[in-house]
Amino acid sequence: MGRPIKSITNPKLSLNILTPEEVQRIHTATLDVIENVGVRFPSQKVLDIWEAHGAKVDRETFIVKAPGALIEKALKSAPPADALAARDPAQDLMMDGNHVFLGTDGCGVEVIDIYSGARRRSRLQDVGEIARVADYLEEVAFHWVAVSAQDRPPQTRGLHEVKAIWDNSTKHVQTESIYSEKEARAAVEMAAIIVGGREALRKRPVLSMMQCTAPPLGHDGGSLEAALVGAEAGIPVGFMTMASCLTTGPATMAGTLVVGNAEVIAGTALIQLAYPGAPVFYAAAQTASDLRTGSYTGGGPEDYLFGAATNVLSDFYDIPLSMGSFATGAKEPNWQAGVDNSLSTFMSCIVMSDMLLGVGFLHGSRIWSYAQMLMDCEIYNIVNKTLQGIPIDDETLALDVIRAVGPGGNFLKQKHTIRHMRDVFLPQFMDRRPYNEWQEKGDGPSDWALAKARQILETHQPEVLGSGLSAELQHIIETAEKEPVD
Amino acid sequence: MTEEMFKAMAQSIIDGDAEVAEKLARQAVEKGIDPLDAINQGFVVGVNQVGSEFSCGNAFLPELVMAGEAMKVAVSTLEPEMNRRGTSRSVLGKVVLATIQGDIHDIGKTLVGTMLSAAGFQVYDLGVDVPVMKLVEKARAVDANIIGVSALLTTTMVRQRDVVEALEDMGLRSKIKVMVGGAPVTSEWVKEIGADGYSEDAIGAVAVAKKLVGK
Repeated sequence: MGRPIKSITNPKLSLNILTPEEVQRIHTATLDVIENVGVRFPSQKVLDIWEAHGAKVDRETFIVKAPGALIEKALKSAPPADALAARDPAQDLMMDGNHVFLGTDGCGVEVIDIYSGARRRSRLQDVGEIARVADYLEEVAFHWVAVSAQDRPPQTRGLHEVKAIWDNSTKHVQTESIYSEKEARAAVEMAAIIVGGREALRKRPVLSMMQCTAPPLGHDGGSLEAALVGAEAGIPVGFMTMASCLTTGPATMAGTLVVGNAEVIAGTALIQLAYPGAPVFYAAAQTASDLRTGSYTGGGPEDYLFGAATNVLSDFYDIPLSMGSFATGAKEPNWQAGVDNSLSTFMSCIVMSDMLLGVGFLHGSRIWSYAQMLMDCEIYNIVNKTLQGIPIDDETLALDVIRAVGPGGNFLKQKHTIRHMRDVFLPQFMDRRPYNEWQEKGDGPSDWALAKARQILETHQPEVLGSGLSAELQHIIETAEKEPVD
Repeated sequence: MTEEMFKAMAQSIIDGDAEVAEKLARQAVEKGIDPLDAINQGFVVGVNQVGSEFSCGNAFLPELVMAGEAMKVAVSTLEPEMNRRGTSRSVLGKVVLATIQGDIHDIGKTLVGTMLSAAGFQVYDLGVDVPVMKLVEKARAVDANIIGVSALLTTTMVRQRDVVEALEDMGLRSKIKVMVGGAPVTSEWVKEIGADGYSEDAIGAVAVAKKLVGK
């Protein structure tokens, strides 16, 4: 049996970030952009699909201009929310709008080594080890490919990565690092083997696929073709925009929402035109670029607001959302990381983003830190507790016990207190010790978080794939490796 | 009169107004002002001004880019006249830029191009999805000092190594420096593939390029 999963559900707090009229204006502006400016789809195969459905297609520039009515009609065939399946069915994730599930972040290139503390390039072994720790953590409900297996060949790297996760965890895998049709076909084949065939995979998609758009207003050809393979197989497919204020989007947040939305819904419409009824999701990790360098910030008020606004958009289209929060730009687990990751996660959670990405990174999703991973889980727990709000009823108003204690007493000896003390949040990685103890020991939250990660890695025994299945997956990868590179 | 015109040229760059910069460049040619004077006493003064405002935190990246674009327009307007006179603007060096084959990510590389050309480099931007050999051949053809090669994906980043190796195979490695860029690039990667420099942002790239050409 896999470990239980802690989702956020039935929140008492809520937030109104955009009015229905404002959402409608964003949608109308988005359709205007898709119809009159167009979105770039650099794949002849994809252009064929658009053309067959009456969109205006430019074969030289790859720009597609699709009428609003076509987009709206296509989006209507997106199915109502379903579940993301896990190898262990008890770990399936309901995409019903009343759950937030946390994942790891992905595509990192370096790792702070769990033992030496040295920063080094990421490799396949890291993918498996991170997955094993994530498999243990109740806060982490699903996996992204946390870091890139840079010691494996580029054309099959994404396959090694998903296999390493399946070898170490029973939880759902959402890959964000498969960029070609060929690799996607092999990944689908691997997923089908795990659940017992292609039809079983449709019912139990243990793999979902996220593809990044190429903002502003573009897609990557290989990513599009990979997404079509996923959609054909019936696994959930999503497009993620990272359009950012100032650089890949207008300076204004509303304008950047329109640019990102145009990319995502045009891509989603394409999937529906090709495979009506294929499961899809919306994905975004928008932010503002830094005013001085133009680089990705992974934090700041714009980031937090995008985190909340995007779920309103995905709700409008009635598809689940995979939302980027966390991803601080901080270089080490510190003040900046705490502020960035807390606020972005609070804002994404209070609107009930279905999937949340993700724990574990520093320096704008580039450097994996086990300490940050564990502390991010704590942030998630704090947000979860906060969103439960303050329940008001006779029991919680506690009049009997207030009467019993009266003025000047204390509540420690009361049965009511014993009954409810575990409602009070107890942090794992906050320093609440007396000052002198801190002074003597000289350690702190990130030391404790790291120690816990080490302990998990050394002791947690995940339910492994089994040598037969694992060998079958390996065989698919090896076959793919023998094929000539495009 | 000419002094006033130089001032207006500088101001057009500070304002990032390419239209005005182009108009002033054309007027300079009509009035018989030496294009090199127009550049060095007029437009460049504006570039330097924006640069120093940026350094002390009063100006931001979009202003730098606008100034760079205006500068580019001004110089290209003056170019025919420079050719006619048989003069040319002294450049810090020649840089051939591209995003590597298999990768279509454009913005960082383009930003680096704008910053380099504003700083006084001659920039040849080959665009995105550029094969290694095309990049290296172009660098040889224009006698480039630097190749700048960008990649956003870890799967395409590996081809940055191919650029270094191709230069070695062609016997050009000692003449052409290699700068690499893109989100997954780290200083360790630069060392591993034997490239000469990298920067995480466009401003830093200018400093690296200047260092590589010994300026």
